[in-house]
Amino acid sequence: MNTGEKRDNVSFLEFVYDFYKSMKRHEISLVYEGEITHQITKAFTSLTESNMAKEEESNMVQKKVFHVMVECLQNISKHADDYGTNDYIFSGRGIFLVAKGKDEYSVTTGNTVENTKIAELKRLLEQVNSLDKDELTELYKKQIKEGRLSDKGGAGLGFIDIKRKTGRNLDYHFLPINEEASFFLLTSTISRNN
Amino acid sequence: MDVIKIKGTEDTPSVTLDAASNAFEVAGRSLPEDVASFYSPILGWLDSYIQNPNPKTIFNFKLVYFNTASSKLILDILMKLEELEKNGKEVLVKWHYSEDDEDMKEAGEEYADIVDLPFEQISYA
Repeated sequence: MNTGEKRDNVSFLEFVYDFYKSMKRHEISLVYEGEITHQITKAFTSLTESNMAKEEESNMVQKKVFHVMVECLQNISKHADDYGTNDYIFSGRGIFLVAKGKDEYSVTTGNTVENTKIAELKRLLEQVNSLDKDELTELYKKQIKEGRLSDKGGAGLGFIDIKRKTGRNLDYHFLPINEEASFFLLTSTISRNN
Repeated sequence: MDVIKIKGTEDTPSVTLDAASNAFEVAGRSLPEDVASFYSPILGWLDSYIQNPNPKTIFNFKLVYFNTASSKLILDILMKLEELEKNGKEVLVKWHYSEDDEDMKEAGEEYADIVDLPFEQISYA
């Protein structure tokens, strides 16, 4: 082994330590990068459930976190665009992250979307964020009656459901990757003091 | 008529559809990988049942969790029951929810608003 390799190894391990500290600082309890499958969804929800049960989180909070996790994970598995496969960072995968703070849980997803889809996503998110509880219930009823299940099995209800369950607006951000695609970040917050 | 009896798993509900014993129930958790294919035999069964139904059908929902994709299919089941009622048969939906689960209670109320069927809300400890 030459010294160059050794130094790289050390710097990688130091990175891992920094990464760990950074996760601690942001109170991240779960982070995953990769393809989101149904198996992954089941594993993460049951892991988070057992952690919350151990920490004696109220049933209500546990249910809400479970709801939001499932909808967010399914959003990525159904909608992450497999764009730019020659760029391995953005090839149809996503990042999924759960943070637990003193007063709230947050669930964050990040995935690549084609720029042509951004306007519609923004419109949906802004609509959901602008509505109060009763208006959301009306929108939910309208969508469940009139909406059709997509080929990928989505009912177009995910964002509406998240806002209804959490009572909080959805925070989102689009970061441009290039002319064709952007990275779409979405955070949902669940209060721990219901 | 055939009996549908599906055992529940961590992501699919238990289902009983048994005309002879007058037992109709969907219970547990519903977040199947492929909602359409999970619910399609159930909806198909209801289509045949409507052709030759019992005089009174009591359908029990005892769900503890369902995702938004499943919520659409649950409405499809209710709409089949609505059809049954329109054909002059008696239908009652019993919607069971855990007493500390406000969201599940509300979900039942919303379905009761959407479809034209008698609903009974039943809380359990």
